[in-house]
Amino acid sequence: MNRVPASTGPAQSARANRVSFGKVLFALVAVAVACVPFVVPLTPYVLNIFMQAATYAIAVLGMTVVLGYAGQINLAQATFFGLGAYAVGLGTVVLGLNFWLTLLLGIGLATVAGFVLGLTTLRLGGHYLAMITISFQQIFDLVLVNWASVTQGPDGVAGIGRPSLFGFQFTDDRFYLVLCLVFLYAAIAFVWWLPQTRTGRAMRAVRENALAAEVTGVDTLRVKVIAFTLSAALAGIGGAFYAAGFAYISPDNFNFARSIEFLTMTLLGGADSAFGGVFGTGLLIVLPEWLRFLKDIYLAVYGLAVILIMVFLPAGIWGIVRGRFDRFRKFDSVDVDSIAPLQLDVPLNDPAPILKLDNVAKHFGGVKAVDGISVEVARGTVHTLIGPNGSGKTTTLNVLNGIYKPTSGTLTFDGVDITAMTPHERAGLGIGRTFQNIRLFASMSVVENVMVGAQRANNPVGTGRAALQERALSALKFVGMAEQMHMTVKNLPYGHQRLVEIARALAGHPSFLLLDEPAAGLNLTEKKNLGELLKRLKGHGMTIFLIEHDISLIEQVSDTITVLNFGKKIAEGEPGYVLRHPDVVAAYLGETADAAA
Amino acid sequence: MSFVVNNVQVLFAGLALGSIYALVALGFVLIVRATNVVNFAQGDFAMAGGFATVAFLSSGLPYWLAFVLALVVLGIFGVIFALGVYYPLRNRSYLPVIISTLGASIFMQNAALYIFGPQPRAMNRLFDKPGIEVGGVFMDTQYLAILAFTALAVTFQYFLFERTMLGKKLQATSQDKDMARLVGIPVAAMIAFTFFYSAVLGGLAGALVSPILFVSIGMGSIIALKAFAAAIIGGFGDITGAIIGGLLLGVVESFGAQYISVAYKDAFAFLLLFLFLLLRPQGIFGEKISEKA
Repeated sequence: MNRVPASTGPAQSARANRVSFGKVLFALVAVAVACVPFVVPLTPYVLNIFMQAATYAIAVLGMTVVLGYAGQINLAQATFFGLGAYAVGLGTVVLGLNFWLTLLLGIGLATVAGFVLGLTTLRLGGHYLAMITISFQQIFDLVLVNWASVTQGPDGVAGIGRPSLFGFQFTDDRFYLVLCLVFLYAAIAFVWWLPQTRTGRAMRAVRENALAAEVTGVDTLRVKVIAFTLSAALAGIGGAFYAAGFAYISPDNFNFARSIEFLTMTLLGGADSAFGGVFGTGLLIVLPEWLRFLKDIYLAVYGLAVILIMVFLPAGIWGIVRGRFDRFRKFDSVDVDSIAPLQLDVPLNDPAPILKLDNVAKHFGGVKAVDGISVEVARGTVHTLIGPNGSGKTTTLNVLNGIYKPTSGTLTFDGVDITAMTPHERAGLGIGRTFQNIRLFASMSVVENVMVGAQRANNPVGTGRAALQERALSALKFVGMAEQMHMTVKNLPYGHQRLVEIARALAGHPSFLLLDEPAAGLNLTEKKNLGELLKRLKGHGMTIFLIEHDISLIEQVSDTITVLNFGKKIAEGEPGYVLRHPDVVAAYLGETADAAA
Repeated sequence: MSFVVNNVQVLFAGLALGSIYALVALGFVLIVRATNVVNFAQGDFAMAGGFATVAFLSSGLPYWLAFVLALVVLGIFGVIFALGVYYPLRNRSYLPVIISTLGASIFMQNAALYIFGPQPRAMNRLFDKPGIEVGGVFMDTQYLAILAFTALAVTFQYFLFERTMLGKKLQATSQDKDMARLVGIPVAAMIAFTFFYSAVLGGLAGALVSPILFVSIGMGSIIALKAFAAAIIGGFGDITGAIIGGLLLGVVESFGAQYISVAYKDAFAFLLLFLFLLLRPQGIFGEKISEKA
């Protein structure tokens, strides 16, 4: 067995080997493709198809970022593509500007449009986003056609010239194709590199579970806007080279149908990978050539194909290819002993309570889920919230970490008023959380899940990839899951998923940990281990706010218990006192206070 | 023409146009409530309704029979759609389903193109008399028919959903599928029925609007976008909201074309939508958009 010390990162070395092999392969194929037109005699028609594929692929790589990585739908990619194209077309033909200047202008236009559209609409997401992007696409189309004094209307812009660089004119199609390919390769490299970065990881976390990502400390809106803006910028580049390549552009090239085409290319190839998108583009551009025999029904078959891809190829063609290879992929085993122990200590020198809820209420319409409760949580204690079903426990937790805004009342954490803060800002203050129904980033690996936890703002660990991974491994070792670091989370058994979720919270070095029914669904041994774990955490000075139903666990770990019923606090104190309190017994057993007493 | 009469005229046309959006929006909303999925091919049901009516009319059938047969055909389309496009993806996230319905939309449009050719078809109006004049306002009979049929459809739907056992089962399905299944409601059949009914509504809208717009393969997309905007403006998932939103959109568009610009007529709907999404994303009647932890 090949044991690698964890400090250099077992995953890293494995990945480094794999990536360097991949990089070499990529470089070889890239050079080979660029040489093809000079070796094999190609007709101008075939060169045109290549040029189209290369420029489309750049726009499709944008879709990979926004749809594949960040999971946000964008049905206006042709608009951003069009902004790049029209900037070059009108810029060079009408204004007589230099191509490279108009290229920058086009990228700038597309980027700004993407940023503004993203910023205003991405908080809605889902079908709203789909609709808004379609509307944007339609308005763009209307403007292109109707604002003829500027856009030259439905006739389009003709006579767009090829660029020159250092005196070299790209008039020969073959050389221009190489220029397009250079930009395409740069885009591929960028999109390939992105998922392993901090932002890329955050994007995938948002795709997998936006709510959990936000609570773990990811500024989800920011990450989505970044993805959308990058996507628009890539489309702008593609559009700019398209315009100069084909010399003529018209509104028809940038309509809704084109956006759908970009979408289909992304999905067909595989949205989750840079190569999938490029592969899908090539296939869909060549396909019409092969499917000529279908003639008039080609587009109908194409629509049908979209449905079939969604049903039978959810990960795209590249996803299937990669799945085949992944089965043979081997990871070096993890040397758990060499992983540094998790640094968790929270200083306990301030006697003031760490958290104060002052008369907090949360109403849903007429339902008073939480009806004016005041609670103080002392530092370094386990504070348990109990109450019958529907008493407002989880609502309280959701108000605590900002998923709900309270109807009234204030929340103070560590002397800071957090009432108006977003969940990720609260995570940045050191509030960690687990969920009643586990919310992990299901198709990411165990260690990546925990790294997302480690990269919260203000986490007192390094920000580099190595530091984040080290922190994540320490957190996994702490819960006893380090050996499974490479496994995909959705393949783990339930109990292990719970532990990964706790590790994700711990990796963020929280001073305050919210746990929503952590014992639910665990067997006796697992429950016992959980109790031990909570005591260990408390030993490090961490404050734990717990919702739980398991009485033996509650008695074992709690310092203070608060009891809720119908959204109000009915008792509070030490376990021995609270659990025998007549009102509490009545609330649980449904007897009146008098009868129980 | 006096200022008042002129504006009433524009308002009347706007309400009629808005009724079409409302009918398609209703279909949207019913499917969203039943499945949590937005059907981007909803407008193409209207397109199919138009073509089906034209086809039956040109084969010499009387108007009412062509109309009814077209709706039957659309109902069948709806069920096929539910089984082929929605059902295989029912356990996946909204994204694959949205994309699948987009695929269905492309398919329907191009199948229509293949069968009927690229030329838009004209359709006879429901009545021979072009219109009636009330107090100086000229009322187009086709517009009157649109308003009447919409009112009829909305009334029918109210009774269906509020007063029948089938309606109660449909409501239960849309509120909580698991619970509905546990009490013995055939959930899959209820969802198939929802698609059936939504397709018929779309077909009705298409058959009604075709004499005004011409029947073309692209007519569905633009109607669908407006209807979708109407649904959001009204408050996504709210039936009354879809109707009010549709009418509002029709009126805004009508006045916008009258006073601002005919060329940008289609843009007004989207601008109104942008405004709503920025200022009141939950719409007039409000949809809960927050996710439960």
